[in-house]
Amino acid sequence: MTTMTGAQALIKALEHEGVDIAFGVPGGAILPAYDPILDSSIRHVLARHEQGAGHMAEGYAWATGKVGVCIATSGPGATNLVTPLADALMDSVPIVAITGQVPTGAVGNDAFQEAYTTGITMPATKHNYFVTDPDEIPQLVHEAFHIASTGRPGPVLLDLPKDILNATTTWHTPVDLSLPGYRPTVDGHPLRVREAVEMIAAAERPVLYVGGGIIKANGAGELRRFAELTNVPVTTTLMGRGAFPDAHPLAMGMPGMHGTYTAITAIQKSDLLISIGVRFDDRVTGNPSTFAPHAKVIHVDVDPAEIGKVRVPEVPIVGDARAVLAQLIEAWGERPTPERTAWRETVRGWQRDHPLRYQQSPDGPLKPQYVVEELHRITGGDAIVVAGVGQHQMWASQFWQFNHPRRWINSGGLGTMGFAVPAAIGAKAGMPDELVYAIDGDGCFQMTSQELITAATDGIPVKVAIMNNGVHGMVTQWQRLFYNNRFSASQLGNMVDYVKLAEAMGCVGLRADSPDEVAPTIEKSLSINDRPVVVEFVVDPEEMVFPMVPAGGSNDDVILGPTERVITAASDLP
Amino acid sequence: MNHTLSVFVEDKPGVLARVSSLLARRGFNIHSLAVGPSHEDGMSKMTIVVEAPELEQVKKQLHKLVNVVKITELEPDQSIEREVMLVRVSAASGRRSDVLEIASIFKAVAVDVGHNSICFQVAGEPAKINDFLELVRPYGVIDLVKSGRVALARDTKGKQPRLRAVN
Repeated sequence: MTTMTGAQALIKALEHEGVDIAFGVPGGAILPAYDPILDSSIRHVLARHEQGAGHMAEGYAWATGKVGVCIATSGPGATNLVTPLADALMDSVPIVAITGQVPTGAVGNDAFQEAYTTGITMPATKHNYFVTDPDEIPQLVHEAFHIASTGRPGPVLLDLPKDILNATTTWHTPVDLSLPGYRPTVDGHPLRVREAVEMIAAAERPVLYVGGGIIKANGAGELRRFAELTNVPVTTTLMGRGAFPDAHPLAMGMPGMHGTYTAITAIQKSDLLISIGVRFDDRVTGNPSTFAPHAKVIHVDVDPAEIGKVRVPEVPIVGDARAVLAQLIEAWGERPTPERTAWRETVRGWQRDHPLRYQQSPDGPLKPQYVVEELHRITGGDAIVVAGVGQHQMWASQFWQFNHPRRWINSGGLGTMGFAVPAAIGAKAGMPDELVYAIDGDGCFQMTSQELITAATDGIPVKVAIMNNGVHGMVTQWQRLFYNNRFSASQLGNMVDYVKLAEAMGCVGLRADSPDEVAPTIEKSLSINDRPVVVEFVVDPEEMVFPMVPAGGSNDDVILGPTERVITAASDLP
Repeated sequence: MNHTLSVFVEDKPGVLARVSSLLARRGFNIHSLAVGPSHEDGMSKMTIVVEAPELEQVKKQLHKLVNVVKITELEPDQSIEREVMLVRVSAASGRRSDVLEIASIFKAVAVDVGHNSICFQVAGEPAKINDFLELVRPYGVIDLVKSGRVALARDTKGKQPRLRAVN
């Protein structure tokens, strides 16, 4: 039997799991694992910061549907991974993180670059491992990939002390998994499925409220069939954008704090909320006691802990979104598709009266919404869009028309500023033939822009549109609305020359600051494909995101614009 | 309100930290926690007394831990709950017999006797232990430690409800 080191077993185990790319930063404790990468089929992308490596793995996982891999050394390498791990846990992104650790004998002695990685990451991972036996490496890697990618997906971390990586072992092919405490439910309970179908058939004002669970389960096709079969309008959460085509007549757009008036109000007036792969997040519900007050709730989720956490449903169904949708379609059977004339007309009326809107005057300041719409128009929507967190993220979600899953990547639950640039690099690395366009804010961009050096060095030609308003936009918006225009620590200023910064990092830098420059600048960005391109759009710093339901408020009280507010009596039913 | 949970877990490093950190992180207060080997090799059993308005979320969150295999909520009337306490009571020569008299009623065993104190071991239902503690407290409790509650479900199969009450 050929002997090998633990490190060689680790890299072979990653190959065994089908890993083609890994994002990481080397360092002392993980050095043994980096040597055999040279002899492997794995492409390693050298990030400039471990946080970048983690978000790249997330972007890769989002875009491809496969498990993303990131590697870091002990101590600061591992602690720098905490943000992407927490991000992946919140947004159910399947990634596996490999960290080096000081040698077993030094653990607990405050050794150089020692941090208690498994302890620190325990609440930021779905599961983690401290590896103590080199013989177990292939099996634990196999378990890690299984746990990361099944059930409700999430991050899994393996912490490997340097002596374990250097130890001599032989290859132990992974055997069948023995995880008595981990058996995710896939199929929904048939009785509950039948109950759900009866309720949907009887409902007068049903709404499909769907989210990231549809995308994780690859259930967009089933969702569309079911929505058409039952003639139920659909709202897709921030994490579920693209799970249902925005161009579809049943689509109502996004619900929640910055959702469309139609989606927000349809939920409030609904008598049946068919919730699939969603978790009743506070950004959707506002004050949960006033959320969907007339609705009975069907809640489908693969994670039993999400069911009843915020809202107790009338019909709980634990199961994979795609599998349960297929069951629902089957249980619906030959029933005729309901007309739902009055309800559909009411929804169309809201869409007509309260569309998303903004005003771009030809010579006025450039509006970020206009940039998003132009980007969509010129690319034909055929791009993977990656956003950071804040105003630009909301505008991208609102004004881009998403018609396919896995074409919208952003940080939803954790709200991680700086997500866009590295996540776009990961997405592009995984889908090199796709156009990957990050829509970022200047505040976010300044947090992780150095990863563009990674993109330029490793030949990953992403495009980044910076909505530069010179401020932390969402913070400024809240200060404008709720803090009497007192702009404490939210003004970034305009010191940065983004064109020069892009060029200094080996990218092409472009700039547009008036409406008529937008289209030609986008065209130019699309013509350059041998290097990353950064496009700075100088946008109106006073623009705010609307509609808006203030945090913790009621969804019956929607601010539609700077001077317009609609308060609906909760008792008014269409 | 206090609930007693019996949690069957894989005996893996860190499993206690996972369980206690999860409960803390989700805002559930641990009243007591006892852990030890179970009837199966490689498996441990934890008895957790947790303060929570309702148990559904506690159970569901615990179930998300990969090493947690089974969770049973133990209802007080359908389970056996026991605790061990070691308590050192001040007992100068003149008052010793009083203290020993109380101890014999509670079947508390004197496990260490000093010039001015006696250490008792008392095992049994948590309420009984507390009664004993209250009775010896006036004499002066110098030190005490409790094991935390351990509990098992009663075998109720085929038994009449009335018989169960006697059990």
